[in-house]
Amino acid sequence: MEQLSAFWQFLADNRSKLLELLLEHIGLTFLSLVLAAVVAIPLGIYITRHKRLAGAVLGIAGILQTIPSIALLGFMIPLLGIGLKPAIFALFLYALLPIIRNTYTGIEEVDVSVREAALGIGLTGRQILRQVELPLALPVIFAGLRTATVINVGVAALAAYIGAGGLGEFIFGGIALNNSVMILAGAIPAALLAVIFDQLLGLLQHSRLGNAGKMGRVALILIPLLSSSYFWPQAYGPGWKAGFDPEFIGRPDGYPHLVDTYGLSFNTTILSSALMYKAVERGEVDFIGGYSTDDRIKAYELAMLEDDRHAFPPYFCIPLVGEVVAREHPEVVDAVNLLAGRISDSVMTELNYRVDFDKVSPEVVAREFLQSLQLWRPDRAQGGERLAIGSKIFTEQYILVELFSQLINGYTDLDTDLKPGLGGTKICFDALRAGEIALYPEYTGTGLLVLLSPPQDTIQQVITEPDAVYHYVQRELAAQYGVKCLAPLGFNNTYALMARKEMAQRLGLEKISQLAGFSGQ
Amino acid sequence: MIEARGLTKHFGNFTAVHELSFRLEEGDTLMLIGPSGCGKTTTLKMINRLIAPSAGAVFVDGRNILEQPVEAMRRRMGYVIQDIGLFPHYTVAENIGVVPRLLKWKPARIQERVGVLLEQLGLPPAEYAHKYPHQLSGGQQQRVGIARALAAEPPIVLMDEPFGALDPLTRQQARRDFREIEELRSKTVIMVTHDIEEAFEMGSFIGLLDKGEMQQLGRPQELLLQPANDFVRAFLAEKAAQLELQAVTLADVFPELSIGERPDGIFLEIPSETPLLQALYQLARQGAATVVGLTAHHGQDRWFQLDALFELFRKTLRRWNN
Repeated sequence: MEQLSAFWQFLADNRSKLLELLLEHIGLTFLSLVLAAVVAIPLGIYITRHKRLAGAVLGIAGILQTIPSIALLGFMIPLLGIGLKPAIFALFLYALLPIIRNTYTGIEEVDVSVREAALGIGLTGRQILRQVELPLALPVIFAGLRTATVINVGVAALAAYIGAGGLGEFIFGGIALNNSVMILAGAIPAALLAVIFDQLLGLLQHSRLGNAGKMGRVALILIPLLSSSYFWPQAYGPGWKAGFDPEFIGRPDGYPHLVDTYGLSFNTTILSSALMYKAVERGEVDFIGGYSTDDRIKAYELAMLEDDRHAFPPYFCIPLVGEVVAREHPEVVDAVNLLAGRISDSVMTELNYRVDFDKVSPEVVAREFLQSLQLWRPDRAQGGERLAIGSKIFTEQYILVELFSQLINGYTDLDTDLKPGLGGTKICFDALRAGEIALYPEYTGTGLLVLLSPPQDTIQQVITEPDAVYHYVQRELAAQYGVKCLAPLGFNNTYALMARKEMAQRLGLEKISQLAGFSGQ
Repeated sequence: MIEARGLTKHFGNFTAVHELSFRLEEGDTLMLIGPSGCGKTTTLKMINRLIAPSAGAVFVDGRNILEQPVEAMRRRMGYVIQDIGLFPHYTVAENIGVVPRLLKWKPARIQERVGVLLEQLGLPPAEYAHKYPHQLSGGQQQRVGIARALAAEPPIVLMDEPFGALDPLTRQQARRDFREIEELRSKTVIMVTHDIEEAFEMGSFIGLLDKGEMQQLGRPQELLLQPANDFVRAFLAEKAAQLELQAVTLADVFPELSIGERPDGIFLEIPSETPLLQALYQLARQGAATVVGLTAHHGQDRWFQLDALFELFRKTLRRWNN
């Protein structure tokens, strides 16, 4: 009951956003569907005329269909960048198979004698196609379009992952923030869309064949309208274009705090943290909310704007360990503490660079780093008790997990299970408290604002002072949740608003507060 | 007028039809008959170019159809197939109107033509014009198929076992209806059949094929009475046995035999209990058109000649089947 009222409350609070996402979702679905139909129906017809190609064409379309959608979307990024284009293209590829296959089988299933009679009484090939084969195949082709629509509504939810918007923004945001109401706010409308479109197309499909003309006219008006709906929200979205990851958008210390502190407004796009650097480099967005230790800042020639009003707290990296584990295995605490203060901002950036650009695995990078510090030791014992180590889903965390694991393996009799890439802060923290993981790397600012979220005046007392934040977080996490903070590793990976260096210099931007003076492009 | 000259079809090494020739005038009906795989359907499909001949040509009114636009040529030939092939998404009226529409007839003319045909075929337009094929019986569908073939008033109609898919009772009814279509009398019809009765009932000519070659082409009585070779004799003898007409005797048709003054010629007395078919053979064996058969029944005398007796035979055949 409480969930339900929270759900309605969320929808009411976010109704303009919901409408925008809904329109984007419909637009993505239909734009790709129209493109797919334009290609797939003629292709399906073509292979009924050239049967030797049928196997190959259906085979290729079938293979495209089996590529996991998230992988296909990821694969599009180097080719088409982020945003609308790659999303439409991926959805287009998914919609191909059902339409080609149904066009082909629909025409193939036309009775041989009907075709022979048509030929024998003097219809041309084109007339047979238009007057006999297509009308008879229409219900089957329509069934293909229905299948493609339902698939596309589903896959379009993933388009948010590459910045194309749609209801997936709520779903990804909800997962990152462990906010089930937000997930439902994306998932329920998406499911409803699928059901409604399926039913509508079903109605059209089963309307009498004689009404094919009317059906065509309705489709002719409706489909371009639905396809263009993606662009409606954009039509009145002024201001800077900014890309943020779902967690940043939803976290109290993230986007809302940034906007409040500086009185800014952005035309925001949700992007996965892995993609946003690329997006800003390519000029698809003007700003991103990035992480200050990310190697791509240098590689892509990005500039960090100074947080001159301290919207963001310090984010010193601290390993968090469950109290029970810390008590039963003090050797784990000792092993991880070997890293205390050993990783500076520039070192962390360098390690990230090794993984992101040199394509060295996090495991090797971690080992080489430990060796350079003369901390590395071979695995001390096999088959010991297993300790699960979790992390969030970005490069730095993958490396930290490896560092922790190799130290624990080298300095204790325990073995480790790695569970990197967990969906967000809440997920990691809940897993730690539930004992599903024993350890994960966290940041002081996140501990303060997300995990503890004390009253505003408490925050103001400590926020400018890194040590104060650390001590507060250490004390309160232990007191409230029974979680032990280990010593900071040394680097501060703060949120930062970033832009292309070239643009920042051209506009003379150095501090975030300057942005208020610009109204956007 | 339609003429085939040296029609030949090879499928790889297999010769389906070899050097087939015939010539038909307006109003003629040619029944192509023969064992399975004899090439009769292939021959028919070469006439409207559903199968391209390997050699030979077909002339319609003196013009080679191979040199004409294929669709236009087909629209001047009606085409009826065993499986009918009505367009399931068209009403009866729309199905019949397909070719006139392709020929850009005015809608009013099409509607009128459809009405006339439906009336002729015993499907009252008010009841049937707007039905869909699946709402009709097999026999009714076949009649619509025939109406579709006739719609654009083609001078030539090709039919591939048009009654083959119907059950025996419906088939007889369909054949009867078919014979009664006035329009067909002025058309050149070429029909493929495997049914000897059908061939004799309906054909003004019968072409008997075997292994792709025309064994005999002629009037029905020529085939029956003057078989060109052993194959024809054997084929007809075997089939004739199935005609069940062995039991019909001269006595049965006695009232229809001629009475009164006899023409000159050789007289041959045949007992009235002789089966009709046998009487025909006896007359034919004499070899002359001037042979006059004589018979007596219940103290009355009647006479008959070969052609007249054959007509009686055909009539009986029809009556029998009806």
